[in-house]
Amino acid sequence: MTETAHPDHQPKIELTGVHKSFGEKKILRGVNLSIGKSESVVVIGGSGTGKSVLLKCILGILHPESGNIKIDGKDVVGVRGRAKDKHLRKFGMLFQGSALFDSLPVWQNVAFRPLQAQGMKKKEARDLAIATLGSVGLSPAVGDLYPAELSGGMQKRVALARAIAAKPEIIFFDEPTTGLDPIMSDVINELIVKCVRELGATTLTITHDMASARKIADRIAMLHEGHIIWQGPKRDIDHSGNPYVDQFIHGRAEGPIRMQVRKV
Amino acid sequence: MNPLALIGHTFLEFLAATGRLGHFTSRSISHCFRRPFYWSQIGRQFVDIGYFSLPVVGLTALFTGMVLALQSYSGFSRFDAESAIPTVVVLSITRELGPVMAGLMVAGRIGAAIAAELGTMRVTEQIDALTTLSTNPQKYLIAPRLIASTLVMPLLVLIADIIGVFGGFLVCVYRLKFNAANYISQSWQYLEFRDVTSGLWKAAVFGFIIALMGCFNGFNSKGGAQGVGAATTNAVVTASILILVSNYLLTGIFFSGK
Repeated sequence: MTETAHPDHQPKIELTGVHKSFGEKKILRGVNLSIGKSESVVVIGGSGTGKSVLLKCILGILHPESGNIKIDGKDVVGVRGRAKDKHLRKFGMLFQGSALFDSLPVWQNVAFRPLQAQGMKKKEARDLAIATLGSVGLSPAVGDLYPAELSGGMQKRVALARAIAAKPEIIFFDEPTTGLDPIMSDVINELIVKCVRELGATTLTITHDMASARKIADRIAMLHEGHIIWQGPKRDIDHSGNPYVDQFIHGRAEGPIRMQVRKV
Repeated sequence: MNPLALIGHTFLEFLAATGRLGHFTSRSISHCFRRPFYWSQIGRQFVDIGYFSLPVVGLTALFTGMVLALQSYSGFSRFDAESAIPTVVVLSITRELGPVMAGLMVAGRIGAAIAAELGTMRVTEQIDALTTLSTNPQKYLIAPRLIASTLVMPLLVLIADIIGVFGGFLVCVYRLKFNAANYISQSWQYLEFRDVTSGLWKAAVFGFIIALMGCFNGFNSKGGAQGVGAATTNAVVTASILILVSNYLLTGIFFSGK
């Protein structure tokens, strides 16, 4: 896997000066981030620093007030209609709470895009779903269950299968290990690394789980108060020389980052 | 707080909400007429909204018809006008009570269900997930509900009309000892085609209102379980009020001068 963006190649995803606020609250205050093709970037940062907002801006679910977001060199802020379909077709996303459709059985969840958006035949879509479930270590029998019948870890795996089923060029992982035990977290991390390698996809992961970040990332960036305050190869994370990063990766309450806890 | 500021704030908030609803409505309607159409979703909504509402709507219509016959009797018997009861029952049911009672019951049943389902999908990010899977959530979730609800309500109301009139018939024949054949012929005598069709047009409008309010409140719900609860309440309350208001307006249009 690559350690940095290819210098001779245009970045797959490029954000420049992205601002997003909700009413008075400024969430992103000029985010600059560039991700090379087939690179895996992990964005770390505390809760409520706007990591999810960042992903939703790139997907076009949220619209930033200013700044550019380029995918394959094309500006995608405010795309509509056909262009938006084409834009979204490049993406797969694993949601924090899995976000499986609970009215559909597992296999229809996994093959949702081919079935609904690409007009694939049911039989074919089912085969694809079963194969994809296999690649995340789930048996074909799981395909006929409903999401509510699965444990959290299995739901995550189904969600991962759904994200990769249509072989997207770019995959987003939103806190892939949140709410899982350490062993299941590691299973998911392994699966992510394996699947991404097989697909050769570009990935952007947001997490506050350092074990996960170390496992998945080529490069790590830290988001704090709406800015990327540090970024570098994974191996540099332990001697970044940045007090914010140090505090975060060691999980210390004392340091430059002040959690807003009211004194009693 | 300054009371004038409070009034101004409330008024502006009302205008903003109206604008949001207008925007949402126009976009949702346009999605109903543009491809792709999710036929399986539409079919499923037909069953959910139409078929499974039959027991509730049928019972409501039956008892409404029955009580209507009893009440008209207690009034009309005072001036020997019992023979007008069949006409009163059939006109009241087809023109007014069938669509309104069915509308209110379906608003409670379906408006709430739609708002709760879409609201839960919103807070668990399932709606965002649809977008990332190249599926327009308004097209996939809202258009099928609007289409099904608008088309199926007239059918439900037609059935409710029949059951309601039958309720009146039961009371008059078995309790008040009317002649059954006379009752039926008198029911038909003054009934005009447009009495029934106007009720069915109302039903279609009510169906649209119910699904729209459920979708609007559910789709835009925020903040977990409490938000979903609030969305559900709002969906039922706004749908019920809009049904009653639009019922008056539609009656005014259909029977102007009559």
